[in-house]
Amino acid sequence: MSTYAKKKGFGATVWDYLTTVDHKKIAILYLIAGGLFFIVGGLEAMFIRIQLAVPDNDFVSAGLFNELITMHGTTMIFLAAMPLIFAFMNAVVPLQIGARDVAFPFLNAVGFWLFFFGGVFLNLSWFMGGAPDSGWTNYASLAMKSAGHGVDFYILGLQISGLGTLIAGINFLTTIINMRAPGMTYMRMPLFTWSTFVASALILFAFPPLTVGLVLAMFDRMFGSNFFDVAAGGNTIIWEHMFWIFGHPEVYILILPAFGVFSEVFATFSRKRLFGYSSMVFATVLIGFLGFMVWAHHMFTVGLGPIANAIFAVATMAIAVPTGIKIFNWLFTMWGGSVRFTTPMLWAVAFIPSFVAGGVTGIMLAAAPADYQYHDTYFVVAHFHYVIVGGVIFGLLAATHFYWPKMFGTLLNETLGKITFWLFLTGFHLTFFIQHFLGLMGMPRRVFTFLPGQGFETGNLISSIGALFMAVGILIMLYNIIVTSVRNVRVGNDPWEDGRTLEWAIPSPPPFYNFKQLPLVRGLDPYWVEKMEGKDEMTPAEPIGDIHMPNSTILPFVISLGLFVSAFGALYNVDNKDWTLPVMIIGLLITFGAMFIRSVKDDHGFHIHKEDLVNDDDKEVKA
Amino acid sequence: MQAEEKFTDATWPAAPEKATLEGKNKYLGFWLFLGGETVLFASLFATYLALKDKVPNADHALAKDIFELPLTFITTVILLTSSLTSVYAMYHMKNNDFKKMQAWLLITVLLGAAFLGLEVYEFNHYVHEFHHTFTSSAFGSAFYTLVGFHGGHVAFGLVWIISLMVRNAKRGLNLYNAPKFYIASLYWHFIDVVWVFIFTVVYLMGMVG
Repeated sequence: MSTYAKKKGFGATVWDYLTTVDHKKIAILYLIAGGLFFIVGGLEAMFIRIQLAVPDNDFVSAGLFNELITMHGTTMIFLAAMPLIFAFMNAVVPLQIGARDVAFPFLNAVGFWLFFFGGVFLNLSWFMGGAPDSGWTNYASLAMKSAGHGVDFYILGLQISGLGTLIAGINFLTTIINMRAPGMTYMRMPLFTWSTFVASALILFAFPPLTVGLVLAMFDRMFGSNFFDVAAGGNTIIWEHMFWIFGHPEVYILILPAFGVFSEVFATFSRKRLFGYSSMVFATVLIGFLGFMVWAHHMFTVGLGPIANAIFAVATMAIAVPTGIKIFNWLFTMWGGSVRFTTPMLWAVAFIPSFVAGGVTGIMLAAAPADYQYHDTYFVVAHFHYVIVGGVIFGLLAATHFYWPKMFGTLLNETLGKITFWLFLTGFHLTFFIQHFLGLMGMPRRVFTFLPGQGFETGNLISSIGALFMAVGILIMLYNIIVTSVRNVRVGNDPWEDGRTLEWAIPSPPPFYNFKQLPLVRGLDPYWVEKMEGKDEMTPAEPIGDIHMPNSTILPFVISLGLFVSAFGALYNVDNKDWTLPVMIIGLLITFGAMFIRSVKDDHGFHIHKEDLVNDDDKEVKA
Repeated sequence: MQAEEKFTDATWPAAPEKATLEGKNKYLGFWLFLGGETVLFASLFATYLALKDKVPNADHALAKDIFELPLTFITTVILLTSSLTSVYAMYHMKNNDFKKMQAWLLITVLLGAAFLGLEVYEFNHYVHEFHHTFTSSAFGSAFYTLVGFHGGHVAFGLVWIISLMVRNAKRGLNLYNAPKFYIASLYWHFIDVVWVFIFTVVYLMGMVG
């Protein structure tokens, strides 16, 4: 490593990360940025729960409460959960398939910076006249009438970060199809790679409708069109369809990678091959497919008619079948295995009952006639937090502990990890279980306060106390991260000792070229296959040779920055200010100029010579 | 195989756009991108169909009042022909004949520019003759957004192909730029396919009611 890993100053490190196209560094960028937005979204959640802890509270005003719930939902879905998932996809998928990088390293960086600038833009609304306040679904009937620029921040911020997500989706699809190591057939791919593959396909087909919906909203609010203006012939239901054609696949985009993480964790810590691998793959693909057939179950009360409601209700219930297959496969993976309850495994085990509870309420909500009763109550809030926190967030926390050593070369403290787990798990059920009953008793969602004497006091207080538990759990995890990083005890290739897949066969963190020689994959769980034959490393598929790597570049940052600048022009366009049009044009010029430079300037990357690779080995041995 | 290596007709691979890993990735990634673009246009078509002829009052022009077959016929023929000429360009690219490829690309670009010019004329005509504008009705918003998105794609394609032609004018074909030409032509075909649907859904169906 000596020739490449020089000691660098702070400025050089920042520049390195601004210009990087290395999937492992982009993973760290996603983790940091997603983590920061997760904390912001968490604070918003805390403010909501403080406001609702007691009846007739005036901790925040009604208007601010609307902004808080809108930004909590939007931030958590688009700026926390998605990027954190991308962090682990970037960190792990190329390693799991035995690739040296993703298919499009440059676009990978563009995707990150678009997400980042979109997220920053959206959150600047807090300081520039007020955040969006029409709910995270931003229904046009509310949003088009919303005063101020909050909704404009939502429209433009999500547009920019959505582009980044689309790019990331295409990148992972191409990577997984084209860049697999010799012998890594589709049916030998680890489940996390499979779920990334299916989630990326969902991104590819789900994000364009969101893009169109946001474009229509942008034209209506900023450029005088009439898509949602009923007086001019418009129709606000178009937004609802566009949003949910995106929005429902989106929840599978979030949950499938979490399923993938759990599949890896269950197999690793049960020291057993994943039960029913083929049916797991089948179920993942089927969930992805059905995910596009169910969007109107969010719109049962719109009045689409009994036939549409019935079709979407049945399609929704059908998703329970492949999901059930998965649940049983995980249980059977543990059955008869030699189970080790590490922190990631605790999250995985706790995920099963939590997620099943969310699934059962999902079936209840899918019954269209009954949904008229549940709709827009806390029952819905309880349901989607059970699946998103109990599924996605548990998955992300499991992945954080599980993959931390592979990303940073040091193992998070297990005791602190378990304290985090128990606090968060307790807090989670305290917060959301009671909300089922609040909902059934008639408490509507999105209300900024409630009256005393209606039976909502105890439930809401318990819910707020639970939120505090979760917050403390996360704080302990942050403390864990700091302590672990400061102590910096280095670990070897396979810190969990039972690694099964390719990423555990190389150093932690891996060298920037990942594999000195591409590995030969001889079966499902390739590293485990080698271990069973008494080896401790992979059989190489090629002799040591020159390795081709992409060049670092600042252009991805500049491309994204241009759209960020341009968005300010579009945002203030309705105010008839002189500077808005020039700002829009300058921003777009920056973006398209950078794209033009990228297009006309040849970039062939560079080669690491095989002599350097051999020398590195010698030095590592001596050191 | 080095991307910048010079080739003779004998050594030039049969599928130069997919001869390198970068080329293969570009080829597949771009097909996937077109999959996403298809959904994007599908959403715009759905919006248009929902808002077709939705106007505030009876004074506003409807689809059957404004569309005229002769003009649309000419623009359609021009754009379909440009798709054919881009096929010829790719045929010569595969035969390592750089000059003929450039010539056919030039014809493609000229046809594309003619299409765009006629579209500008058409929009101008609607605005001045029928007061059918982007802001006049939901119908107007949906029409200009759908057809305008397509027009924007044509404009982007023109800039893209011209940039490629100018950038590579002096150095000819190699395995680094062959995939670039190829995906630009894929994009051009896609624009054409979208236009076939616009012609059918917007213009033909607009005129029969």
